[in-house]
Amino acid sequence: MLPGFGPALGFTLLYLSFFVLIPLAALVLRPWEAGFGHFWAVISDARTLDALRLSFGASFIAASINAVFGTIVAWVLVRYDFPARRLLDALVDLPFALPTAVAGIALAAIYAPNGIIGSLFAPMGVRIAYTPLGVMIALIFVGFPFMVRSIQPVLEDLDLEAEEAAATLGANRLRTIWQIVLPAIAPAILAGFSLALARAVGEYGSVIFIAGNIPNVSEIAPLLIVIRLDEFDYAGAAAVGFVMLSISFLLLLALNTLQDFISRRGRS
Amino acid sequence: MSLVISNIKKQFGRFPALNDVSLFAEDGEFLALLGPSGSGKTTVLRIIAGLEQPDSGAVSFRGEDLLATPVRRRGIGFVFQHYALFRHMTVEQNIGFGIHAKPARSRPSSAEIKSRVGELLTMMQLDTLGKRFPSQLSGGQRQRVALARALAIEPKILLLDEPFGALDAKVRRELRAWLRDLHERTGLTTIFVTHDQEEALEIADRVALLKQGALEQVGTPEELYHEPASAFVFDFLGDTIQLPCTVDGGVAVIEGFGVPILGAHPEKGPAMAYLRPDEFEVETGEGAGLAARIRDISLVGPHASLDCALDRGGAIEIRLEHDEAEKLSPRERVRLLPRRTRVWALPA
Amino acid sequence: MSRSATRRDPGWMVNALIVVSVIYFALVLLLPLGTVFAEALRKGLGAYLAAIADPEAQSAIWLTLIVTAIAVPLNTAFGVAAAWAVTKFEFWGKNALVTLIDLPFSISPVISGLVFVLLYGAHGWFGALLDNYNVQIIFTVTALVLATTLVTLPFVARELIPLMQSQGADEEAAAVTLGAGAWRTLFFVTLPNIRWALMYGVLLCTARAMGEFGAVSVVSGHIRGQTATMPLQIEILYNEYNSVAAFSLASLLAFFALVTLAIKTALEARFADDLAAQRLR
Repeated sequence: MLPGFGPALGFTLLYLSFFVLIPLAALVLRPWEAGFGHFWAVISDARTLDALRLSFGASFIAASINAVFGTIVAWVLVRYDFPARRLLDALVDLPFALPTAVAGIALAAIYAPNGIIGSLFAPMGVRIAYTPLGVMIALIFVGFPFMVRSIQPVLEDLDLEAEEAAATLGANRLRTIWQIVLPAIAPAILAGFSLALARAVGEYGSVIFIAGNIPNVSEIAPLLIVIRLDEFDYAGAAAVGFVMLSISFLLLLALNTLQDFISRRGRS
Repeated sequence: MSLVISNIKKQFGRFPALNDVSLFAEDGEFLALLGPSGSGKTTVLRIIAGLEQPDSGAVSFRGEDLLATPVRRRGIGFVFQHYALFRHMTVEQNIGFGIHAKPARSRPSSAEIKSRVGELLTMMQLDTLGKRFPSQLSGGQRQRVALARALAIEPKILLLDEPFGALDAKVRRELRAWLRDLHERTGLTTIFVTHDQEEALEIADRVALLKQGALEQVGTPEELYHEPASAFVFDFLGDTIQLPCTVDGGVAVIEGFGVPILGAHPEKGPAMAYLRPDEFEVETGEGAGLAARIRDISLVGPHASLDCALDRGGAIEIRLEHDEAEKLSPRERVRLLPRRTRVWALPA
Repeated sequence: MSRSATRRDPGWMVNALIVVSVIYFALVLLLPLGTVFAEALRKGLGAYLAAIADPEAQSAIWLTLIVTAIAVPLNTAFGVAAAWAVTKFEFWGKNALVTLIDLPFSISPVISGLVFVLLYGAHGWFGALLDNYNVQIIFTVTALVLATTLVTLPFVARELIPLMQSQGADEEAAAVTLGAGAWRTLFFVTLPNIRWALMYGVLLCTARAMGEFGAVSVVSGHIRGQTATMPLQIEILYNEYNSVAAFSLASLLAFFALVTLAIKTALEARFADDLAAQRLR
């Protein structure tokens, strides 16, 4: 029977209503105000579909690449000791701490045709900045910490005895890692994947500078929202936002279910 | 009567924790709430403190309705099972917390607070530990800090929730005696919750035994031990051996051997005999009694424990003095003669 | 200790993996970080300092600090209140509440800005009402504060809730039996027990608030000198091909990010002692 429940809960609910519930209501209700026809026109428009495809597609690929290398980095940080390990460990969170606009212009500068890396590929006719490829690279930067930080704690808590048992039974290191370690950390990898994906889909600042923003080619979904707002098409902007949110929600639901399934299999 | 609890009912969701419990405590009395886990004893304590609200019923202290008062104004000292010391405060700060929390009008000066805390440190034999933090103290020391903290606010009642639960046996016994002593000095009405019957019987003035949310029996330790109101009370307060019997003319007949019955008992017919392991005679050779074979003899402290297999089936463990047990040996055939028994109806 | 794997795994594997990791690190993280500073100093220290001293840059810095100074305390108060309600009491709908608190964390910042335009913009639900009273929210500092507050809303609460959950409410119950009221209990018993987590949450909240771009971009109107925070000013400068100025301003934020990381690491070392419950960032 502690005191303060009423005021604390009251303030919390008020705050959430003002900042989350009412704004969310606007997002859910406004897409339809210009009629279902307009809603449909907006979201089935080729430009919208291409933008959604780019946002979700690039995010998916970026998260997958992070899944592979993020696992390696997490493994190295947890299992091995080498100079500067602690420094690298601290730096993992850089994309998390660095403002998105700062990362955005830096990445654009690096991969532009005259940038450090862009200039290596320009002679071959490969353009990175201002193309979907650039978008994907920016999203790799953004999702990196989510992957590593999801896997690290699980790796740290892993029971070494299982690996030692495998060794005594004659398995070599690679087999042990493939058959014993990876299945154990699979749920964590999936969790990190979901987080990286969710973050990448909505990312704006890191991507907007390196994306070409060419409609139907290198335009990300969040930019479409901004453009529609500039045109005062509030319903249309809300429609794009609503669809983005819905797809993300369904994706996360699917990934969470998959994660549950995998971790339950390992448990019973 | 200082504390009166009437017809308390409390449910947690669908779990009935207390079912119409009524109890009282005299001024200055040391009352123990005893019972197995789930019996509701801690719930009663927390209701008195105000940490839970009963669904129905009344609680009053010296005529004043306690339920209408919020926790912080009840003037109750509560010692938690795991002490709940403020981990980021020193021992002195812990003890002085309640005094500082008093409303400005009734708050003593800093100097007075300091001296009061000092007194309590001395009373609890914590003199040198004032500046330590709880993590630097032993279990017994933390216990005493928790007590000192509760006493610092000069409470009207002192409540203790399984105060010695987390301590090892030797420390428990020392603190038990010490708590009793403290009670003599402070004269505070004290109620403490425990599942350890030995503890309750040793230090309490009166014991209230609860079972599944209802009061089974209340009385002095002697009354509970020597005049148990039910089989549950008998069984809870000491080691028990249960043997089916037949009641006939005021005697319990077990395997043809008649045993005198103590206290009330069911009328003629089948019933259950409840015996104490140290109330048996052991005889060798032919004759009356429960036929058995000794499986093992072991020494348990000042007694000898005999594990016996009954001819009729089953095994029981009885207790003898060392010199009696010395005359016997394992695998020997004997006859067990209960000296007396209590009898209650067969369990449903 | 698991680090002994350095000895257990085959040498070639250890070396290969470390090399791969370091290269990935360098490419993905260090290169962008280095680029910020390299580009900022491309025309020398003089140009760098001039860019930062520029009145518009100064105004952007100032605006960023003001918006952060409002959003962070608001969200801290919210975080403490929400954590108090959720972890010290039982009530129906707790899960839904925690999900709602986490929501801003998983939606695009652009959407966080969009929703305020949908509510308070010229054609917003409350647009006409605001217009009647001559109040403007969108394209003003107020909108920046609202958008930033929404984006950083969960940060403090997310740090506090798991920790306070694992700490239980025993000490608070003890304080109340000793006569303490709600505020005394909160300040003297609860807050000292969560101070590292609180500091950590405030730190993350601050870092994110200062660097927020997407949400404020939508609601600000990019009015230079008035509603351009540092990230927005960086965008403006970059789009004008004023690369050095953009990166100079960016370098300040990058430096702050490094300081944030350093404090974060230090707090984590301390924090781990303090019985941190498991949490996903």
